[in-house]
Amino acid sequence: MTVTADRTTAPRTLTLDALGRLESEAIHIMREVAGEFDRPVILFSGGKDSTVLLHLAVKAFWPAPVPFPLLHVDTGHNFDEVIEFRDRVVARYGLRLVVARVQDWIDDGRLAERPDGTRNPLQTVPLLDTIGEHRFDAVFGGGRRDEERARAKERIFSLRNAFGQWEPRRQRPELWNLYNGRHRPGEHVRVFPLSNWTELDVWRYIAREDIELPSIYYAHEREVYLRDGMWLTAGPWGGPREGETVERRTVRYRTVGDGSCTGAVASTASTLDEVIAEVGASRLTERGATRADDRLSEAAMEDRKREGYF
Amino acid sequence: MGDLLRLATAGSVDDGKSTLVGRLLYDTKSVLADQLDAVHRASVDKGLSTPDLSLLVDGLRSEREQGITIDVAYRYFATPRRTFVLADTPGHVQYTRNTVTGASTAQLAILLVDARKGVVEQTRRHAAVLALLGVPRLVLAVNKIDLTEYDQGTFEVIAKEFATYAAALGYTSDTVRTIPVSALVGDNVVDVSDRTPWYTGPTLLEHLETVPVEPDPHEAPFRFPVQYVIRPRTPEHPDYRGYAGQVAAGTVRLGEEVVVLPGGSRTRVARIDTRDGELAEAVAGASVTLLLEHEIDISRGDLLAAADDPPVLTDELDATLAWLADKPLRPGARVLVKHGARTVPAIVGELRTRFDEQKLSTTEYPESLALNEIGQVSVRTAEPVPVDEYRTHGRTGAFLVIDPGDGTTLAAGLVGAPLPVLGTS
Repeated sequence: MTVTADRTTAPRTLTLDALGRLESEAIHIMREVAGEFDRPVILFSGGKDSTVLLHLAVKAFWPAPVPFPLLHVDTGHNFDEVIEFRDRVVARYGLRLVVARVQDWIDDGRLAERPDGTRNPLQTVPLLDTIGEHRFDAVFGGGRRDEERARAKERIFSLRNAFGQWEPRRQRPELWNLYNGRHRPGEHVRVFPLSNWTELDVWRYIAREDIELPSIYYAHEREVYLRDGMWLTAGPWGGPREGETVERRTVRYRTVGDGSCTGAVASTASTLDEVIAEVGASRLTERGATRADDRLSEAAMEDRKREGYF
Repeated sequence: MGDLLRLATAGSVDDGKSTLVGRLLYDTKSVLADQLDAVHRASVDKGLSTPDLSLLVDGLRSEREQGITIDVAYRYFATPRRTFVLADTPGHVQYTRNTVTGASTAQLAILLVDARKGVVEQTRRHAAVLALLGVPRLVLAVNKIDLTEYDQGTFEVIAKEFATYAAALGYTSDTVRTIPVSALVGDNVVDVSDRTPWYTGPTLLEHLETVPVEPDPHEAPFRFPVQYVIRPRTPEHPDYRGYAGQVAAGTVRLGEEVVVLPGGSRTRVARIDTRDGELAEAVAGASVTLLLEHEIDISRGDLLAAADDPPVLTDELDATLAWLADKPLRPGARVLVKHGARTVPAIVGELRTRFDEQKLSTTEYPESLALNEIGQVSVRTAEPVPVDEYRTHGRTGAFLVIDPGDGTTLAAGLVGAPLPVLGTS
């Protein structure tokens, strides 16, 4: 929250600017979930949006600990910096982390590797299986409506049927700030406290609250190769194909996802202020710039969401 | 960064709402290159010579296939003067409930009409819903003015007819602005059109950037629904007991006397807490944690209110419902009412009136309320609830009506009678 009064003379008066309103709305949503659901969980990847989500949860329940565990659906195609960050943050707040490893599903035959090697679409089954196994009834996600036009249609409280599916034509009315969390056994509700935030809001909030992020969000030198207009990095998920050459470039990541399909952007923004200036001036959306999986078709995101994706 | 305006679009199907929103985004340069590329590609694939801007907002496959909007799309854009949160809502009568969703938090609504058709049934239905929800300001965008050869007479007939209708719903002339536009070509959306020399008012964007925004209800009596009780029971905070919530109305100050409802006990605010430190006061919209002087049994669902100006505690609500479910409401229906952070079982007693927004009249004691109908009812709740009139206290005068069986949201509930009194037919 923005505090305008002199910091030395507590107590102070609180006024709300645009970021303060977004923060207050997100905290209100998280407290509603804590009050109405039995087994909520926060989807936590170590990316910027889920890190902001966790920060908001800490603020919403302070001085009590966050009353939710975390769930990470691990594609196995990770950036080392992100996993290291994830484990450090979990330890700092003393939280319980559930990890669903896509590799386990591939190993026992419940999932098959895709020919293109991308594992982002494979996350849906482990996610739904884990929700069922732990009987999670509310699942917080860091999705924002400004990311993509199918996400722009999402409610803040989004009911999923017993198959985990989103039924866009049957969404409940969502009136004022009264959220309806009723669901039947087997159903669950996806909750998006950052619905009304933009990418720039997220960065401004990270700056204001001094939130730590994985280092790959800032400019660094990396061996990359160009594919479909994106800078990909070599890893266990594969490397350059014939005709693709590896170069050393100064890049940063705008989103953090499965390593096989998350591209870096050429950037020299190495501080928060530089990142904010860059995001404000960008002529591409973060997904358009960095996510091969959203380029699969006109309705790539909608189709994945219908199946139960984040 | 300037202040923020939350707005919604409304109007009949095919009036060009999504195209208008696409045009606003396009002309304010709020569309990024990759989104624009995708729209250009899809438009070419459809055999169109100019980009179909509605594809920017119609995010669902079935919407693009049918060329209609089914559900609300939220868009965020900014100009140097103001930040906008825009809910683009569907025009089809079947999806009016999604329009209610988009309009429930709007400070202004843009209602579109097709200049060739004028005010139609759905214009009146949406205007009535906007009036009911208390959306303070309207813009009537007379769209497709290019298809009437920019005829001033056509525009004025529509403007006059709508002004009369809006006035009957309680909108004063200073709260309604009528603008001739063409979303397709761009006349008067962002740029002034030289084809409407007879129109001297602002363009749509200019109006959105300068229209006054209603302030938050900081001056209203204090209201605070308790969402969650924070009890850490840790070595550092063994006895901490805080009541977490968002200030729904008014301002809370240290030392102020509050009443706990429905219990009725009184106490004082001992501390206003956040993780960033203690506060002397917190205004409407702020999420905080309150600590009180006395140990009182308070739990989620209770309401803290200004002791000298509390809400009415009642188990018989006189309310207006906007019915949003496919199955009609009949007297005696068993429902759940969610008000603030409290959900209580309730029975709908009488249906007193049904509002006919087409004829601007009411029917007394109707047999039912069907999908999209508005009516006054009595609701008996299993426990008393502390309520305010919706017209004066939006946040504590609003409630949801929920189906206890499948959990569906059945209706938007508003305490009292927010619409003007009309004759019966």
